[in-house]
Amino acid sequence: MLFLSQCINGLQLGSIYALVALGYSMVYGIIRLLNFAHGDVIMIGAYIALLTIGAGVNPALAVVLTILGCVFISVLIERVAYRPLRSAPRISLLITAIGISLLLQNLAQLLFSANTRPYPGAAIIPTKALRLGALSLSLSTIVTILVSVGAMTALHLLIQKTRIGKAMRAVSEDTGAAQLMGIDINKVISVTFAIGAALAGMGSVLFCCRYPIVNPNIGSMLGLKAFVAAVLGGIGSIPGAVVGGFAIGFAEVLVTALGFSAWTDAVVFVILIVVLLFKPAGLLGRGVAEKV
Amino acid sequence: MMLEVTNLNVFYDNIRALTDVSFSVEEGEIMTLIGANGAGKTTTLITLSGLKKAQSGTISFLGKDITKTTPQSRVAMGMSQSPEGRRVFPGLTVLENLEMGAYLRKDDISADMEKVFAYFPRLKERRKQSAGTLSGGEQQMLAMGRALMSRPKLMLLDEPSMGLSPLLVSEIFAIIRQLNEAGTTILLVEQNAAVALKLAHRAAVMETGRIVLSGTGEELSRSPAVQKAYLGG
Repeated sequence: MLFLSQCINGLQLGSIYALVALGYSMVYGIIRLLNFAHGDVIMIGAYIALLTIGAGVNPALAVVLTILGCVFISVLIERVAYRPLRSAPRISLLITAIGISLLLQNLAQLLFSANTRPYPGAAIIPTKALRLGALSLSLSTIVTILVSVGAMTALHLLIQKTRIGKAMRAVSEDTGAAQLMGIDINKVISVTFAIGAALAGMGSVLFCCRYPIVNPNIGSMLGLKAFVAAVLGGIGSIPGAVVGGFAIGFAEVLVTALGFSAWTDAVVFVILIVVLLFKPAGLLGRGVAEKV
Repeated sequence: MMLEVTNLNVFYDNIRALTDVSFSVEEGEIMTLIGANGAGKTTTLITLSGLKKAQSGTISFLGKDITKTTPQSRVAMGMSQSPEGRRVFPGLTVLENLEMGAYLRKDDISADMEKVFAYFPRLKERRKQSAGTLSGGEQQMLAMGRALMSRPKLMLLDEPSMGLSPLLVSEIFAIIRQLNEAGTTILLVEQNAAVALKLAHRAAVMETGRIVLSGTGEELSRSPAVQKAYLGG
């Protein structure tokens, strides 16, 4: 029974990592950028929920505002910081992403102070335990798993079946050829950032309900772990991001269950090093052929 | 005049790729640009499609100046390209590749899909397969079929013969002739001058980014300079 509840625990954490890792992988797939500001957008989302609920906004509406806020910021970052560098060397883009990440963290510090504040997680998902036989599950665990699986299924259908989804795949495989088809790549790239950010917004709410504290740095560790998940699964691969997210979630829960909770972060980065050494393309990656 | 290119100059950083390129394509014809590797033929085509910006010069298509317009607006106006190296989307199925060719169309595309399958029956057999698993010849057919899906008035074909067996080359070229007879104007870029000149109504020879010779396909195939440089005789 302990084993089963740990598995569900891993599933909950893993689905949050998967949601965030999807944003990394989709953006990498489409413009070959490791968007290191992705985690910090999640932090901004946490402040949006904190402040709106603090101001008396209905929690459901606050969740919607969080997601919309994340979408708005991400699309804005792409438009202002990344798009002008579209034809610049990839390294300039990467450095810009790191710069945006630092900018968001420091901006949050300036606006909201560096103090850690409690997140109103209980207002969003009531703390309730549900009994399933001998198994006790918190409501937030169930909501997290259901929302994540729902969002991932919706994303899968969007990418496989819809016109914009197919265009996203086309742009990620060959941007120039996609332009020859008449695909407006600026629009497709904006939509990709928007979808990644919407998933991050959901991730923000679910993550903060699990660890209900907010400070300007909460996004960086979550972002880094989701990045490791994306690399483990194969950066650029959508199923890879999901597989990687769950693998990292389970690994963390396993390490904690074995009594080494102080080592969870270290284990995640050991996984990164091992992947980069032995299988740099990741579990489901497409190989590292350079685009010419 | 369907397409009129005037004094086109294109650079890659500081390297000049095209120098004062001027030529035209008339409605209903097959025009071909021949020349060696690196002569500027592909640069000309991607500049026509808008993937590369021209430093100076003008491109006019159906009487409108399109030099500064976006690639998608050129597709919408009726220009489409089957690019060098085919560049099909390897992870998309044959059907999805064809759908991408019709990306800007809002009307029913099933009739055009059937038309493409009539030209290239092998694509129909493989319609559920991902394009990356197709042979080189099949990928060439897919690239052409995909370019047809936008119902182009002018089709730009870049090296359709590249890497194909002589048998497949004549099959593909027979289809280009059929497409032209069905009303599509064609601008064909080829290194395989012999087949291109036989097919084309008019032709021009490119060397190091310039057009050095032009005339009807027949005139050029009889020109001693062309014979010596491009026809192995």
